[in-house]
Amino acid sequence: MSLFSSQDLKLLTNPLNMENPITVQVLGICSALAVTVKLEPAIVMSISVTAVLAFANVIISLLRNTIPSRIRIIVQLVVIAFLVIVVDQILKAYVYDVSKQLSVFVGLIITNCIIMGRLEAFALGNKPWPSFLDGVGNGAGYGLILIIVAFFRELFGSGTIFGFPVFEKIGLYSIGYKNNGLMILPPMALIIVGIIIWIQRSRTRELIEKNL
Amino acid sequence: MKGLRNYIDKIKPNFEKGGKFEKFRSTFDAFETLLFVPDKVTFKGSHIRDSIDMKRTMGIVVLAVMPALLFAMWNIGNLHAQSIGETWTFWEMFGFGLLKMIPLIAVSYIVGLSIEFMFAQIRGHEVNEGFLVSGMLIPLIVPVDVPLWMVAVATAFAVIIGKEVFGGTGMNIVNPALTARAFLFFAYPSDMSGTKVWIADLAQGHGIVDGFSGATPLANAAEGAMNKLPSALEMFIGNIPGSVGETSTLAILIGAAILLFTGIGNWKIMISFFIGGLAMGLLLNAFATDTNPYMALPAYEHLLLGGFAFGGVFMITDPVTAAQTQRGKWIYGFLGGFIAILVRVINPAYPEGVMLAILLMNVFAPLIDYYVIRANIKRRLKRVKA
Repeated sequence: MSLFSSQDLKLLTNPLNMENPITVQVLGICSALAVTVKLEPAIVMSISVTAVLAFANVIISLLRNTIPSRIRIIVQLVVIAFLVIVVDQILKAYVYDVSKQLSVFVGLIITNCIIMGRLEAFALGNKPWPSFLDGVGNGAGYGLILIIVAFFRELFGSGTIFGFPVFEKIGLYSIGYKNNGLMILPPMALIIVGIIIWIQRSRTRELIEKNL
Repeated sequence: MKGLRNYIDKIKPNFEKGGKFEKFRSTFDAFETLLFVPDKVTFKGSHIRDSIDMKRTMGIVVLAVMPALLFAMWNIGNLHAQSIGETWTFWEMFGFGLLKMIPLIAVSYIVGLSIEFMFAQIRGHEVNEGFLVSGMLIPLIVPVDVPLWMVAVATAFAVIIGKEVFGGTGMNIVNPALTARAFLFFAYPSDMSGTKVWIADLAQGHGIVDGFSGATPLANAAEGAMNKLPSALEMFIGNIPGSVGETSTLAILIGAAILLFTGIGNWKIMISFFIGGLAMGLLLNAFATDTNPYMALPAYEHLLLGGFAFGGVFMITDPVTAAQTQRGKWIYGFLGGFIAILVRVINPAYPEGVMLAILLMNVFAPLIDYYVIRANIKRRLKRVKA
């Protein structure tokens, strides 16, 4: 038996496009607004969410036969909260600046709908290994959108990429260009996510709902 | 004229089905109907057969904006002459303003229409005429010195995000021209507010008279400098700084008369908008204290200040984004005016609230209609049951 069966591979790749947590399932929008002003926090956030999601999936999957279904939500929350605290401590220890920028949003990973959604929908009914892949896949799908949004917001909002002043170096400011202040504001993140959904749907026609 | 008609008829087969340029049919169609009244009418069903199609409607709105535009051109020159302390003749002022306005109008139309044509081509439908009006309104609601590339970006944003994503003219939720302005306002605040942007070339500062201030009456009022406000007559005539087309209430009222006479603007929305503004003004007067002189500003002066008249005549009456039910129109207009003055006076972050109020009401219009219709159904059901 190979490590990745074709079914396992689907668990990893589907969330990137056809079942993307943000653009198709429209989950986890709040953090997409909050942490995408700059690329660096967006990437750190993506990695944190991916880590929490993957390990929470594994833990819940291991416990899935012993959790009484009436208290499963609270058990899930305990697991997520524990992982988020671990992630938060690691961020504080190794990337303190970014951790300060992300501030409360690391703690708010607990309330990220994607995590609860995947635990409920997948980990409770599947074995640990597929659950792990599902977690990594969904985390990556989430991160992909976050990074795309953050790229455009940082480029046009601050004129930089990873803090490197691109527009200044190619001399855009000297010919009268100005940074777009709207990009820094949260509504623009929604508009960019909207544009991504628009492009995605016109590329993959199956995603368009039938007119009822 | 005859020759043009003949020429169009001659090249027409190329654009019809099976012709050489079949793909560009919508573009051709747009030009043909712009030049001549289309001869196609509906022949089935209960339709009103009227010669007034969307292009004529839009044409009349553009005509109604003309007084404000012409006044704006004069006013740009007038204020510039004042700022450098010279006395200019009427034609010098007008010419100066004309040269300032032409690039703004051209950029707005070229960018907006190219996007409209592109979408029409891709989607294979006719070119929407809606942009004829938006393209004229956008230059009128920006400060005169706004950089052209910003106008281009804002226009593109407004047409794509404000209109085309929803399916084009007639489907948009918010007014495209105001979307463009809101975009500019939030994206480039330093070029859209302050005391330097409202008068041509003031920011460059060549030969400006000492102590000349380009602050708009609204900015003065927001700071509580009520003694700096121009007289009500000046605000009515409009030789004051402000966004290009918004200053002259007189010119806007001429436009309003054209819109109302032809039945294109809705009188219920217009009147209720002004009533709403007046009501909020009076309410604020009642609560005015010595510490906040702005609240004591006579309510009728609010209607002359800033973009209130322009918004009330040309923006909130946009039939696509307004409420559709008759009672809904009263509510919609009233709340628009009410909130506009509320934002203007109470919120220190925004010296003018008309743009935000109208956009807000645009979003709420369907909800208003929904409840008006529900109420109507309830009322009639009661009658049936009784």
